[in-house]
Parts: sequence; C-alpha cells; structure tokens
Amino acid sequence: MSKAAPLGGPFITRTTVITAILTLIMAALLLYRLVFGLGAVTNLSNGYGFGLWIAYDVFISTAFACGGYSMAILVYIFNKGEFHPLVRPALLASAFGYSLGGISIMFDIGRYWNAWHLFLPWWANTTSIMLEVACCIGAYCCVLWIEFAPVIAERWGTPAIRKFLTKIAFIPIAVGCLLPTMHQSSLGSLLIPAGYLVHPLWQTNLLPVLALSSAICMGYAIVIFEGSLVTEAYHRPSEAHMLGKISKLIVGLLVFYLAVRWVNLAYAGKLGLVLTSGKYSFFFIMENVLFVLPVILLASQRNRVNPQILFVAAVSMLLAGAFYRLDLVLIAYGRPGWHYFPSIGEIMITVGFVALEILGYIVCVRLFPVLSSHHPAKDSNSVRRAPRVAATTNK
Amino acid sequence: MAVSRRNFLRGAAAGGAAAACAAAVTEPAAARENLQMPPKAVGLLYDSTLCVGCKACVAACRDANGLAPEFTTDEKIWDTAVDISGKTITVIKLYTDGTAKHKDQEKDGFAFMKRSCLHCVDPSCVSVCPVSAMTKDPETGIVSHEPADCIGCRYCVVACPFGVPQFEFDKAFPKLLKCEMCKHRQAEGKIPACAEVCPTGATLFGPMTALKAEADRRTSTAPGVPTDYMRKTVDSTDVHERPNAAYVKHTYGTTEVGGTQMLLLSGVPFEKMGYPALRERSYASEAETIQEGIYGGFVAPMALFAGLLFMARKNTKNHGEEE
Repeated sequence: MSKAAPLGGPFITRTTVITAILTLIMAALLLYRLVFGLGAVTNLSNGYGFGLWIAYDVFISTAFACGGYSMAILVYIFNKGEFHPLVRPALLASAFGYSLGGISIMFDIGRYWNAWHLFLPWWANTTSIMLEVACCIGAYCCVLWIEFAPVIAERWGTPAIRKFLTKIAFIPIAVGCLLPTMHQSSLGSLLIPAGYLVHPLWQTNLLPVLALSSAICMGYAIVIFEGSLVTEAYHRPSEAHMLGKISKLIVGLLVFYLAVRWVNLAYAGKLGLVLTSGKYSFFFIMENVLFVLPVILLASQRNRVNPQILFVAAVSMLLAGAFYRLDLVLIAYGRPGWHYFPSIGEIMITVGFVALEILGYIVCVRLFPVLSSHHPAKDSNSVRRAPRVAATTNK
Repeated sequence: MAVSRRNFLRGAAAGGAAAACAAAVTEPAAARENLQMPPKAVGLLYDSTLCVGCKACVAACRDANGLAPEFTTDEKIWDTAVDISGKTITVIKLYTDGTAKHKDQEKDGFAFMKRSCLHCVDPSCVSVCPVSAMTKDPETGIVSHEPADCIGCRYCVVACPFGVPQFEFDKAFPKLLKCEMCKHRQAEGKIPACAEVCPTGATLFGPMTALKAEADRRTSTAPGVPTDYMRKTVDSTDVHERPNAAYVKHTYGTTEVGGTQMLLLSGVPFEKMGYPALRERSYASEAETIQEGIYGGFVAPMALFAGLLFMARKNTKNHGEEE
C-alpha cells in the first residue's frame, strides 16, 4: 500500500500570493461589515433574508465539501480500501470547506454575539431545522479536524499519540458519516417552511432526499475534480483508474436523484410548469441538463477512464448541484415585490473565503502527508518543483 | 463474508433511503396537525371599508413602541413609511386602480390596508427560530420576539408567509422588529394603541371569538343596510351607524395557514391588497411533520449511527493490517 507524504516545495507562488491578497480584501470587508452592519456590505433585505453567503458559503460550499463524507462512506463503511489514497485529500478539502462555511455564518448572522445560544439546551427550539443544521455543522467541523488529526500527528506527533489516534479513528469516522447525512438532508428541508415562497418546481417534501443524494454526488465529483487538478498541477501520476470507478457511483446516485425529482413532479401534477414558468423554466431546465450530462458522459466504461471526459462530467455535476442550491435559496425563493442580487462586497467576501480555502489546502498538502506518493513523480519538472517528495519517500 | 456484508449493507442503505422517502412523501400516522387557537386568544379586526387612511394608528404605534418617524423622501416633513420595516411595525397602505375615484372598489377605485403582524395561530416564525426567540403566548396567542435571545439568523424573515419580521440591516448591532399587539399596554389593562386611536373603528381589539362573530355579521349583512359599527373594542358601546359595505365574502385570517389573530375585511379582493390566497394547512405543521418523521425520538439517527460505528470499526481494523 502507498504512503502519503508531504508534497514540500515553496509556499510563495503566484497562486498563494493571489489567494492571500483576496483573503486580505475579504478580511477588510468583514471588518467593515462588523463596524457598519450587514446593510453596508450586502444587498440583503427583509424580502431576501438569506443572500449569497447562505446560498454559497453554506448550501453550496458544504456540499462541495462532501468529498470527505462521500469517500469515508465508500472506504470505511462499504470497505473499499482501494480508494484509501483519495480519503486524505478529500478530508482536508472538507475540513476547510466546512470550517470556512461555519466561520462565514458567524459574519452572516446579525447578532453574532448571541451565537452561542445555538449550542445551549435552554435556548433550543427542537422544531427548528436551522438549529439541527447549525449544531450538526458545528459538530462536523470539529469531527473533520479530528479525522484529519492523524495526518498532523504523522508529521509532528509522538508514536504513542499516533497509535492512539489510529485506534479510536473509527469513532470520528462513524460520526463523520452520520452528521452530514443529517445536515445535508436538513439543508434541503430548511426551505420547506417557506412554503409558497419557493417556486413549485423546487418546493417539495422530498427536498431532504434530493439535497442529500445530490450532496453525496457532489462529494464524489469534487474528489474527481480535485484529483484531476492535483494530478495536473503537481505533475503527479494519473489516478483516472480510481476516479473512473468513483464516477460510476455518481451515475447510480444521479439516476436515483433524477427519478425521485421527476416522478415527484409528475405525481404532484407539476410537469406542465417545467415549460410554462418563464425564467424559472430556464433555470430548472439548465439545472437538469447539467444533472443529466454526467449520466450520459459516464455511461460507458471507456469514457469513465478518459481523464478529460471524467473532468468535464465532474464539473457538470458540481455545477448542477451548485445551481440546484442557488436556485432553491435565491431564485426559486422570492417574495413578491422584492429583488436581490449580491453586492460587490458580498461577492468579494465569498471569493475571499474560496481563496482562503485554496490557500489553506496548498499549505497543508505541502506541509502534511496528505497526497499519496505511491508512484514517485517522474518528470524533471516536478522533481525540481517538489524536491521534498523524493526526500520523504526515500526515508 | 465480504460479499454478504456488502449485500447486507446495500439492503440496509436502500431500506434507509426508502424509509426516508416514505416518511417524506406519505403523511405518517402521527402527522403534526395545525395548532389550535388558544381559548382566550385576543386579536384585531381590521375593516378596510371603515379605514380613512388617517394613519393615526401609525403615529400611536410609534408612540407606544418608542419608534421614531421613518422618512423616505428628501424633505423630512412627513412620516413616509411605505411599508413595515426595521423602523415601522404597522403601516396603512393604499390600493389604487385606474382613475381611483371610488373607495373600496376594485376597478377605478382605491382602498386602504393595514400591514402588521397577523399573529398566526400556528406561526412559522415560532416553529423555525433556532433559539426560541420567537414565542407564542399559550394564553393570549400573541406572537412575541425577545431580542436578548435572538442571534439574527433571519430564518423567521425568510419563512414568514406575510413578510412580517423586519431586521435592521442598517445597524452594526441590529435587532428584529415586529408587532407584539402592544402586550406591554395589555399588561396595564390597556388595548393596542392602533385600536385605541382609530377614529372610525377600522381597527378593533377583542377576544377572537367575538371578533370572528363581528366579522361574520358584517359579511353576512347585505350591502347598504344601516349597520352599527363599534370603535376601539368589539364590545364597545361607542358605536356609529352607516350603510353596510359591499364586502368580499371572506374574512382573511379565518383559514389562511391555519388562521391568524388579525382578521381582515375588505371591499377589494385580498390578493390585490398584498394578502395572497393561502391554503389552510400551516407550513409549520408540514415541516415539523417531515422533521419528526426523520428525527422522531432520534431513533433513526441512532440506529444509523450504531450501524456506522460497527462497520467503521471492522473496516479500520482491516486497513490497519494492510498498511
């Protein structure tokens, strides 16, 4: 079996500098928001209480961060050990995605100094889906870093710490499979109380099922996406054979998702709305085309081992899941007479969080044994760029 | 061994997914019904045909609740709140059509309409608030908001079918505002300020049963018949007579999302006045039924967790041996 190793290499590159600058811009804007209020930075209103930060930083970003969850189910619950090399990078991306989602919520809620009320039983309102989501995401952020702790311990820990962490690993793994099942489904349910305010093409009591199944798909898609990017960027050997097998899972889950969604529409007599709902029809159809595309692209085994097709299918899957969530929160949701489009400040803060995520990921894969090094990189370029790969594997 | 376990798990996963679908689609036997009106519930009856748009209620509301006038024009010489907002919790809006010459007429007419919290019998805001900052009084049914508890997540703003909770987006330390039916005045034996000052009795305060009976009396009386209209409270002796108005034959708030504790009467269809046609089942009851179906007694999550622990333990051992 392969061992993971730190990638090494310089911390100051064009990518890290750009992401650091974007992070600093975000920090300045967040400070401005704290001093002058939400209205000074965002276009939020009493017609659109949720904006880009909830739609992207919470709904979309945490679904993008389902890689760790999806891979943990596959490797530890369905015992597919062959995919083990993909778990660590997926976990790391998940840890960043969720943590930053959690932090961004703290800036989004208006009375953040009361945020701790969420975690104390005497404030708890058990009928609130928001409470379930908040507690679950909060707990999962901690679990993700605990799941990642053995990786940090491998670099800095003592043998006793390492042994202990490995022995109890099954507990955070099991919790880490339970919590996203709960909150990713509840994120869908979150819009059910809004009732008629969500367009009937999206509003359904099956929102939890649709949200969860699409989130797991997005988890596998992000593993393929990141795997492809890392292979390309760090000139590492192709993982297409493994990614191809994972892509097969996406096909199965997507067929389930699409069947549930369309049968539900037909059952509720809403099929006519697909074509007669103006701008809603446009977004609905676009979303569904993006969902169907990966099914078609990944239907044949030949396509599944083709890195380019795999990549395109993964991107389509990610866009489909992202648009599904964006549509649900900001487009299908609407209060008559109100309009919302995010401000530059809102967008820059979201961009800043994404930049911080990328920056953190790069720093971590260079510092900690995240990426598997089972085939040492061959071309001279990668050796020059990442000399410590060789040094570590030779040990 | 591995095959049988996989099959077992596949079966379990499929079963779990099917159960979740079934819980979400079909109404479980223990579906959460709409909440019922508390027996001693109090409320308001607003009759659009009596309202003259004087906005005495808006001014009185500001005074009673410590709210400064709101300006939307450059010259600050009128209180020009155009809707409820972070600065205004009740407002009188104007409907107009065509030449707008005839009061309470849909075509070529105009009409006034009150906007403030409807104090739902089964309020979404109370159901969705994660920290119990929104509460419904079990006696009076008044829906209140406690800023000291609120985290400002605005889920109530998103979920309210009527767009009532108003958040102060322009402040660094914002609060949420909504009408609390002057519960502080009621505690002193007074009635809500809007009903107290209304010169025509367009806004009446009283027990819900009496308000409903009064609304029924008005809608069931033929237009033009001389009718007594009380001021301030539904049992008041301060009455004035006028020909009964041509009402829409529906009292808004009797059925909508399970009923509200502000009832509305109007000569112009409610949809034209900013009050959408809504079904009788409350959204809160539907959402809570689904959540209860999935999380009831925390049985399903715990069963899933037990299975996950078992499999994760077994499989991490295997991985340990491999490495």
